[in-house]
Amino acid sequence: MVEATPVNDRENMLTRVRAALRVPAPAPARRNAEQGAAGASAVVGPTARRQAPGSESMRRWLPKAGGTFEERLDLFRAKAAQFKADFHLLDTPAELNSRIAALREAEGWKRIASHRGELTTAACRAAGLPVLHTDSVYDVNELEACDAGITECDALIAQTGSVLVTGRSAGGRALSVLPPHHVVIAKREQLLPDLPAAFELLKQKYAPEYPSFISFITGPSRTGDIERILVLGVHGPKKLTILCV
Amino acid sequence: MTAPARQFLDQARLMAGDLPRRQRIQEAVGKHRTARANSQSGFQDWPAARQAAAETKWEAINHLDRYLEEFVRRLEARGVKVHWAGTGAQAQDIIVGIAREKKARRLIKSKSMTSEEIHLNDALERAGFEVVESDLGEFIVQLRHEPPYHIVMPAMHLTRGDIGELFARKLGTRPTDVPEELVKIARRVMRGEYLAADIGITGANFAIAETGMISITENEGNARLTAALPKVMISLLGIEKILPRLEDLALFLPMLATAGTGQPLSCYNTMYGGPRQPGEPDGPEEFHVVLLDNGRTELLADAEQREALQCIRCGACLYACPVFRSIGGHTYATTYSGPIGSVITPHMRGLQDWKHLSAASSLCGACAETCPVKIDLHHHLLRNRRNGAKEKPDVLEQLAYRLFAFLVNRPGWYRWSKKIARAVQPAHGVVKGTPLDPAQAWTRTRELPPVARQTFKEWWRRRR
Repeated sequence: MVEATPVNDRENMLTRVRAALRVPAPAPARRNAEQGAAGASAVVGPTARRQAPGSESMRRWLPKAGGTFEERLDLFRAKAAQFKADFHLLDTPAELNSRIAALREAEGWKRIASHRGELTTAACRAAGLPVLHTDSVYDVNELEACDAGITECDALIAQTGSVLVTGRSAGGRALSVLPPHHVVIAKREQLLPDLPAAFELLKQKYAPEYPSFISFITGPSRTGDIERILVLGVHGPKKLTILCV
Repeated sequence: MTAPARQFLDQARLMAGDLPRRQRIQEAVGKHRTARANSQSGFQDWPAARQAAAETKWEAINHLDRYLEEFVRRLEARGVKVHWAGTGAQAQDIIVGIAREKKARRLIKSKSMTSEEIHLNDALERAGFEVVESDLGEFIVQLRHEPPYHIVMPAMHLTRGDIGELFARKLGTRPTDVPEELVKIARRVMRGEYLAADIGITGANFAIAETGMISITENEGNARLTAALPKVMISLLGIEKILPRLEDLALFLPMLATAGTGQPLSCYNTMYGGPRQPGEPDGPEEFHVVLLDNGRTELLADAEQREALQCIRCGACLYACPVFRSIGGHTYATTYSGPIGSVITPHMRGLQDWKHLSAASSLCGACAETCPVKIDLHHHLLRNRRNGAKEKPDVLEQLAYRLFAFLVNRPGWYRWSKKIARAVQPAHGVVKGTPLDPAQAWTRTRELPPVARQTFKEWWRRRR
């Protein structure tokens, strides 16, 4: 077993940090103009009290999210399209079956992977294929050979078109990234307005025992490393489908 | 002139003359500028968000001891092994030690500039381990045995043709210049590597003190696979990555994406708070976090320049810098290039050897303007210049300023000096810019304005 570094190294570094901080540095200057008062540009001064920005102030700065469910839905739809994710709002539970069956036929799925949950179980039943479950220890080579990974999620975020997953809500770390197609089944009430709301949800739901893995997924895996040309499906999924029931 | 300065000048001259390469860089910069403007315009109030980001990072850096302790306490409570590395060599030893202990053979890495900083791959390869970079851009420059060109876009200097030819030579694939095909090749090669790797190494974009998590921002999914499949995960991060609270990410994730790549949000923003926990089906059995100092506490001790530690490594100042755009990333010969690299490298690797980078600037301030955490970059370049001159004065320069001060303080002498200068200036034209010229460094590429034929005083006297 490799032990963590001895207490000395830790104390040495912390001592250096404390010694370095003995001389205070001026806080970033504030300009009135940057607080929203038009025109004025007087520096308020380094001693002005600084409070951690809360969700409410962040909501005044970050991209707008929309107040009603319909507005958020429209925004999520637009953002998902911008990031090349397929989003479908399903009218009836039966539509889930037909959507999954259509994907299976279109892509010739032979084997899928999923985790146990109310929505995923229904989706797997609709697929009618052998299912690798990742709820407990599984063979990663088998997961690699699956055509799709079907998961639930913690939330959908309208502001960014993202899906929030955790190790607990979405079958671990690999299920949503290893198979070439990630299918997310979400409920309408999981649609949140924005990122601040997503972090509030994480706190309420999990603090202090957070899952060891929390991820905001925004569209399928992508790269721009070759001449900044967008190519989808580098190491992660080539396709991301979000079905909202 | 120091060896790094000489090399910098030679390389800069070469690169500035390579017009096709500059054309490619300009195109990449142009695309970034459009995307960023687009993404930034989505914010309701970017200046206020920027102010809040600067204040949040200021808070973290100026109470670093407290937040580091909190961060580490939370990590350890969840079974993470935390290591404190004072120097790059210590960090290398720690990571090589873990690899030996685990009897690892192959390691897979996701993108980490901090690992570039400590030359981790070299150390691991010397110790007999095989290391593969999984980020596409890093994989490409690793095949070329090159350091990354840009901290966010490692292969921005290469064309798809270059990359196709490289893959054909190194991987034996059919030559192609279709980006989709090239990505497919990399995906295929890398899948085998993920499954075979014993250890995954990552960097981190943020370290959340409140909840004891690291946050990794990426687009490709390679970091997610690196953190999901191997049995051991090691994350190497500089101590300046700290953010106080989890919800700070609601601000920093979209700002990092906007400034860094011009995306509203990167594809994967993932927080890791430990090894596989009870009740979780996968993830590493062991999670090591290596905290790196490597000169950061020295920069921290300089209250005047401390804010340079607020940098979130988005790379926006590189794109904005006219000098970077002309001479490119490799010319700097540093891990961190562009304006931020010029500011921090002297602190990490010695002021006298690296102060020349601070002179390679037009001081236009485009860097400071684009910085999402409001680091006053171009003024720090001036401070580096001042500190460099104070520490080791240039005798000739000092003499020149003394002479100037002597003359302008004595009106009689000053009047005569102008008459003499007027008479002598044509003679200077003979030696101007040649090695015989004492001011050659300056006059070689610049024109001195001619001394006026008549001074204001002379004109005034005659007018009356």
